[in-house]
Amino acid sequence: MENRELKKALKETFKTIKISFPIIIGVLLLISLANSLFAGQYAKIFTGNYFLDPFVGAILGSVSFGIPITSYVAGGELLKEGVSLLAVTAFILSWTTVGVAMLPIEIRAFGKKFALLRNSLNFISSIVIAVLTIVTLKILS
Amino acid sequence: MVLNKFKKVPGGLKFLAVVLSIYVLTGIVDFDFAKIAFSRFFETFTGIFKILLIVFIVMFFVNIFVKPETIRRHLGKDSGAKGWFYAIIGSILISGPPYILFPFLGELRKHGVKDSLLIVFLNNRNIQPVFLPVMIFYFGTPFTVIISIYIILFSFVNGLIVGKILESKID
Repeated sequence: MENRELKKALKETFKTIKISFPIIIGVLLLISLANSLFAGQYAKIFTGNYFLDPFVGAILGSVSFGIPITSYVAGGELLKEGVSLLAVTAFILSWTTVGVAMLPIEIRAFGKKFALLRNSLNFISSIVIAVLTIVTLKILS
Repeated sequence: MVLNKFKKVPGGLKFLAVVLSIYVLTGIVDFDFAKIAFSRFFETFTGIFKILLIVFIVMFFVNIFVKPETIRRHLGKDSGAKGWFYAIIGSILISGPPYILFPFLGELRKHGVKDSLLIVFLNNRNIQPVFLPVMIFYFGTPFTVIISIYIILFSFVNGLIVGKILESKID
């Protein structure tokens, strides 16, 4: 393997670390603050309702963005604090596949029709996949 | 002057600066509350640090062996069933934030890559093996396996729907 290839791979990895690390730390700090503020309250909002929980989760995920790992950390921490797995699943799915904040860039790259269609379909899919995942997990357990 | 310098700071650092400012403000209003929140953060961060380290090491190896050019070669107009396969593999192996991926995929589209394959590519980004240790750490292996299967299935369904709507109009 060429030395140049290794250097390039190392450079790309550091670039990703440089971009994602401050965001991961920022999200963790925010979640820690929110969890301290809403301690014990999440269970009252997320009751396990098969429509409302993933719907709220999908909305929250749609307005957030970043690499998937950040959503796993955020979702995992919310889950520990009592947010339902249904809501968290829809949240992590829509985080990556629906991007309200990224819509202008997506429209520029693919056109309005493609971007709107993809985001709408993915919003619905994130709710459906969340429900299917939880139902499958329940059946298997 | 200061504002101009701030504009040049990367988005992630700006976000972190805003969050830290929120902490400082919270600390001024209620120091004990900010302290509790920060110790929660520290506990979580030390817990996941090792996994993050593994993630970045694996990412380095993926960057050595997987090149976007290889994927580009296999997603053309006449790629057929192989195209779907390469779209899944490509999206799983190539990591990167949307603002980097969109222009890259936009270029591929100009070179004849089908909309349905682009959908598959964009929708499978949630199951990158590089990040899966973190998902397993928080949600367990059964959850990770089941959700990954559904994500791949739905990427096909959504790809077919978008293809049917957009590609038929082009034809």
